[in-house]
Amino acid sequence: MTTFLGLPVRRGLAGSLPELAHAPRGVGHLRADQEFPVAARRALSDTQLRRNLGKATATIRAKRAAVVGELPDWEELRAAGQAIKAETMTNLGGYLEQLEAAVTARGGTVHWARDAIEANNIVTRLVQATGATEVVKVKSLATDEIGLNDALAAAGISAYETDLAELIVQLGRDRPSHILVPAIHRNRTEIRDIFVAEMGDADPGLSDDPAALAEAARRHLRRKFLSATVGISGANFAVAETGTLCVVESEGNGRMCVTLPRTLITVMGIEKVIPRWADLGVFMQLLPRSSTGERMNPYTSMWTGVTPGDGPQSVHLVLLDNGRTAALADPVGRAALHCIRCSACLNVCPVYERTGGHAYGSVYPGPIGAVLSPQLTGVEDNASLPYASSLCGACYQVCPVKIDIPALLVHLRARHIELQRSARRVPSAEAITMAAASWVMADPGRYARAQAASRSGRLLGSRGKISALPPPLAAWTRARDAPVPPAQTFRQWWRSQHRDAP
Amino acid sequence: MAVHSILGDVTRIALFATCLADTLFPDVPRATVTLLERLGHRVVFPASQTCCGQMHVNTGYQREALPLIRRYVDTFEPHELIVAPSGSCVGSIAHQHAMVARRHGDERLALRAEAVAARTYELSRLLVDVLGVEDVGAHYPHRVTYHPTCHSLRLLAVGDRPLRLLRHVSGIDLVPLPDAEVCCGFGGTFAVKNADTSTAMLADKMRNVLATGAEVCTAGDSSCLMHIGGGLSRLRTGVKTVHLAEILAATARAPAAGTAAAVS
Repeated sequence: MTTFLGLPVRRGLAGSLPELAHAPRGVGHLRADQEFPVAARRALSDTQLRRNLGKATATIRAKRAAVVGELPDWEELRAAGQAIKAETMTNLGGYLEQLEAAVTARGGTVHWARDAIEANNIVTRLVQATGATEVVKVKSLATDEIGLNDALAAAGISAYETDLAELIVQLGRDRPSHILVPAIHRNRTEIRDIFVAEMGDADPGLSDDPAALAEAARRHLRRKFLSATVGISGANFAVAETGTLCVVESEGNGRMCVTLPRTLITVMGIEKVIPRWADLGVFMQLLPRSSTGERMNPYTSMWTGVTPGDGPQSVHLVLLDNGRTAALADPVGRAALHCIRCSACLNVCPVYERTGGHAYGSVYPGPIGAVLSPQLTGVEDNASLPYASSLCGACYQVCPVKIDIPALLVHLRARHIELQRSARRVPSAEAITMAAASWVMADPGRYARAQAASRSGRLLGSRGKISALPPPLAAWTRARDAPVPPAQTFRQWWRSQHRDAP
Repeated sequence: MAVHSILGDVTRIALFATCLADTLFPDVPRATVTLLERLGHRVVFPASQTCCGQMHVNTGYQREALPLIRRYVDTFEPHELIVAPSGSCVGSIAHQHAMVARRHGDERLALRAEAVAARTYELSRLLVDVLGVEDVGAHYPHRVTYHPTCHSLRLLAVGDRPLRLLRHVSGIDLVPLPDAEVCCGFGGTFAVKNADTSTAMLADKMRNVLATGAEVCTAGDSSCLMHIGGGLSRLRTGVKTVHLAEILAATARAPAAGTAAAVS
């Protein structure tokens, strides 16, 4: 084991964390090309995207609320999920070694990948060793995070996504926009056009009827399942005590990928390990209800090493760090590693509902992405994401493992400002404004004089409102009027009423 | 907290006006004073108060928030009962003050902040939970819809307390707001840093407010109302925003100042 794991370093001054490796640049999909506000602006004016997102998120929200409401012990389940995850993180290294021993004992092979580059190299070598030039994949965020398909393509290996929505995204040379519903931004006419143009074996007269589209995908994928000799998956859970890996899905494509090929390679973030078999009982109640709004998902596949004569005879597990140890070392930020990728926080987020996932620029979008991506890459590489939230708290309310995302966002904003402060000699205009506001408001006399000065703002207004403010407040008055400062502040009024008061 | 006088028990309540309302919406703390005095309580305004520091904390400037937190604690520590007409500021006091102090290694300040925060109430919680009153004797003959602000709803769990208070107001025509619990898009500096997304959220909030046919949109936070009211005003909707305190302070003899607190 070559990576530092599970030993949080005692913090000294605020923000001074030990330097641990973040996910490397130039590989994978964790970093945005554009800052969030810029990418969001483009998304906000995409009418099709807005309509699809509004409809889909409202539907999933209602389904989730209904099935969660059925369980009288939902809050206890959430607390149990949170406790299991928190306990796992305090001894992550130990559980991973236990997992490695259990998988190895059952005939599997465990590989440790420090980052995306190592993981891609390991998987590429494993595929090359089989002689295969085609692999089938079950939807996996971890392999998307590291850009595995690109790495395989560079080695002459074609990777076929078999989840319907991932297939649409892959054929459209597109990026996923939702953790659970990656093609949420596409409508059925667009999907028909993508299938006809890119699938190669689609009927040119294919209709945009959803059943016809699903049938076309089924026929296309069936041929791949039956011919592929290597399957690649992620994992929702890995049980340390038994060495069992678990994939939760809805379409049966995952079941095909993990049973039909001779070789099965699973890429899993190190935070997905859970200590005990019994812990699955908690998560299998939390996950489907939170993600698809179902009591139970249609397909749950579990495998433990190799079963002679049945299923894949060569089974590999690649344990991926890629910045997770750096996140683990932050006692506050590490809660982001508790995430079980249900996407409930995306569906309730008023920001996500309007901008969609692409605006976040990472394979992990929405509120959880805004706290996870910057920790994997280092805050400075995704600095706009912690600010992509109004801190309304709807995400925290639905999170099945009770991740306090608003508190993490505030924490990462502070980390960002602290890093900026130590890296830049010249403070930003915002930093100067904030420091000045702090200096003024730390003293009631200075504060009262500043209030008096703000009344000069009365000159900007007419009929009780201000229609245009100077920058940076111009962003306010682009869409909203601003109030005219009143003739008398409250404190002046109070003094006029209580002249005898101290 | 009770001062015995010939009039009976009088509760002495320290008012935290909040910097925003003190400076831009003075009618809101004035209404809070009017209301509490009408209910027979004594209100004091500790003059050394300034700001809770939430804007600094939520923008990442915790070091700069620290002196403001210290000022809040110093100012209100001698008081046994504190009220602020803002769910957001009270939310910050309750959930952020001690956290920021600890992050900067000041455990003593953190403990003091926790003690003061435990005595700091958002207005509707003070009225219902501490003073035990739902009918405050208000009269407000207007069609009103109530927007539950995120921090009063999720950080402070005020639940339906504001609505219970509003339902007892005579003459009011209280109409439910569709998708009431969705954020209005204010979010402090979010409104400027992510102005486009904030505006998109505001548009949907305004659509729901307008669908109710209400003349007035009310809430427990001047900040969210400044945002919603600023949008309603820009679009010349004629709908105004009025803080919950102003509605509860209004009587037939002394109607709410109304427009002074609204942008429109």
